[in-house]
Amino acid sequence: MAEPRSLQFDTLSLHAGQRPDPVTGARATPIYFTTSFVFRDADHAAALFNMERGGHVYSRISNPTNAVLEERVAALEGGVGAIATASGQAALHLAVATIAGAGSHIVASRALYGGSHNLLSYTLPRFGVETSFVDPRDLGAWKKAIRPNTRLLFGETLGNPGLDVLDIPSVSAIAHEARLPLLVDSTFTTPYLLKPFDHGADLVYHSATKFLGGHGVAIGGVLVDGGTFDWEASGKFPELTEPYAGFHGMDFQEESTVAAFLLRARREGLRDFGACMSPATAFQILQGIETLPLRMERHVANTRKVVEFLGAQAAVASIAYPELDSHPDHALAKKLLPRGCGAVLSFDLKAGRDGGRRFIEALRIFSHLANVGDAKSLVIHPASTTHFRMSDAALTQAGIGPGTIRLSVGLEDPDDLIEDLSRGLRAAKG
Amino acid sequence: MEVRVGSEVAYAYTGGKSFDAKLPAIVFIHGGEQDHSVWILQSRYLAHHGYAVLAVDLPGHGRSGGAPLASIEAMADWLVALLDSAKVGAAALVGHSMGSLVALDCAARHPERVDRVALIGTAFPMRVSPDLLEATKNREAEALLVINAWSHAAYAHYPGNPGPGSWVRGGALRLTQRQKPGVLHADFAACDGYATGLERAAQVSCPALFLLAGRDAMMAARYGRDLAGAVQGSTVKTLEDSGHNLMGEKPDEVLDALVEFLRA
Repeated sequence: MAEPRSLQFDTLSLHAGQRPDPVTGARATPIYFTTSFVFRDADHAAALFNMERGGHVYSRISNPTNAVLEERVAALEGGVGAIATASGQAALHLAVATIAGAGSHIVASRALYGGSHNLLSYTLPRFGVETSFVDPRDLGAWKKAIRPNTRLLFGETLGNPGLDVLDIPSVSAIAHEARLPLLVDSTFTTPYLLKPFDHGADLVYHSATKFLGGHGVAIGGVLVDGGTFDWEASGKFPELTEPYAGFHGMDFQEESTVAAFLLRARREGLRDFGACMSPATAFQILQGIETLPLRMERHVANTRKVVEFLGAQAAVASIAYPELDSHPDHALAKKLLPRGCGAVLSFDLKAGRDGGRRFIEALRIFSHLANVGDAKSLVIHPASTTHFRMSDAALTQAGIGPGTIRLSVGLEDPDDLIEDLSRGLRAAKG
Repeated sequence: MEVRVGSEVAYAYTGGKSFDAKLPAIVFIHGGEQDHSVWILQSRYLAHHGYAVLAVDLPGHGRSGGAPLASIEAMADWLVALLDSAKVGAAALVGHSMGSLVALDCAARHPERVDRVALIGTAFPMRVSPDLLEATKNREAEALLVINAWSHAAYAHYPGNPGPGSWVRGGALRLTQRQKPGVLHADFAACDGYATGLERAAQVSCPALFLLAGRDAMMAARYGRDLAGAVQGSTVKTLEDSGHNLMGEKPDEVLDALVEFLRA
């Protein structure tokens, strides 16, 4: 039997979802700066509105530039489709809002990005959606936290900021046993390092602002459906398996065996909440994805050199990076992340909070800001920025100390990065 | 909707509208290892434009009960029984790939039940290489990857089925992966074993459309044209830039061709 002739990852990064424009011959993806699209006639208009034909109506709901990005990320993840959103937070909200509502419950890893923690802890409860947070390494805790009204399990491929590796095979098995889907934030790993669908996840989202874009110029998110979860068999998701009065009585699961979630997310969530991506942003993120494999390889190589350097410094109390034997998820990382554990790491300075401040302020190449995944190296002090809303107790639970520094290692020459870090460590001593 | 065919429940998608047997009926028949959802756009459009639509899940597929049927003839007879259960006298049959052979066989042997037939991505003989047939039995996951790769011509769609943002190859693969174990081999064996295509084609007396894909690597368009040549007065239309998954890659073009054919 002949081998499958499907394109490989690097090629898909450049070509999936786009080919030269048939009208103009444009090789690059055109930016379709238009709010709306002309109907051929009244019947065509009605057919588009009733989902009898595929096509674009209004750029809040879909846009040709965005569609290229959506197809491309879905192709790289091995999903059935995707929705581009205004930000990673918008993608998380869209995922939750599509299948959960007042009275619903979520079980989430407690090692989350601060913004996600805020949404689940403070904002969603105002709308009747409660979340139980669990230690992502405690599989028993995931299972125990599930209630009859639980609708979703959620974690990050690499937790923030301790780089906890989510045991996707085990957590997804727990979710599926309870007839629930697993949603994974795959921002830190990108599909180049880890494809969550291959390990049992059902829904994946990215803050495309980070490694997918890679350039730090655009805020965006992408929500991908693996098409694996059987909403009908679950019996817990009438949003997808019963007629929806808000869209012509459509039963989304009946319409599409594999894309019911995406149909409702687009036809309800994007339409009504409106957190869509600008086509200009979609173009910018596409430019980043074209070099994703090359960048991620270099990100990982540079990170390994930085980790090796930090590990030899007396001023460093500990380093959290799953490739180290000392990391509690080292064995799991070797299994799930054979290409590398990404470019984000954290470490603790012996000099504590004041030493951490001196360290950051002495750096010249690493930029002190609240982001990761830029081509440029970044640094932050989580307790005073991304996680500042969390209580001390919650911070400790999430593995964050007063002297914890998080690095996002960029694409600069690694010797320059090490020299910069040396400067910071000298300053930290006071 | 669900109807009972023999002792089993049979599911048919009705295009988002209640089924009204008084309207002209169209039955959509999916290909091997698939279900009704490959026809979302075409069936939904026609259901909202004056037709009674039944996009079936063949036995053992999707939501229908029972085991997959072992031959094309058995599927054609099952289709007639389904028409009986749905109280449909005669219908237009629209079949893709394996489903196209079912439509052909049904039109030939039950002419009173078929008023026109559209065969999409069809060919005769629909032989399966011994290697692939063996793989469908013993290495199903591997076989599905090969079949999916051969079923698509493009890596970009404008837009594909069911709409913008859909990764057509991924959706098609996942749909096949979600069918029950054993269905793939049963379907491919049924296609491989169907020997009477040309005789049946010669018996077809209703209007027939052959809608073929110019870049079909699963079954070359020339074999579809050969089959069309055996059906008197048939019409052949080829979507040059499509692979075997025509409804996925060219949903609008498929719908337009069907509308033109059904209204002729």
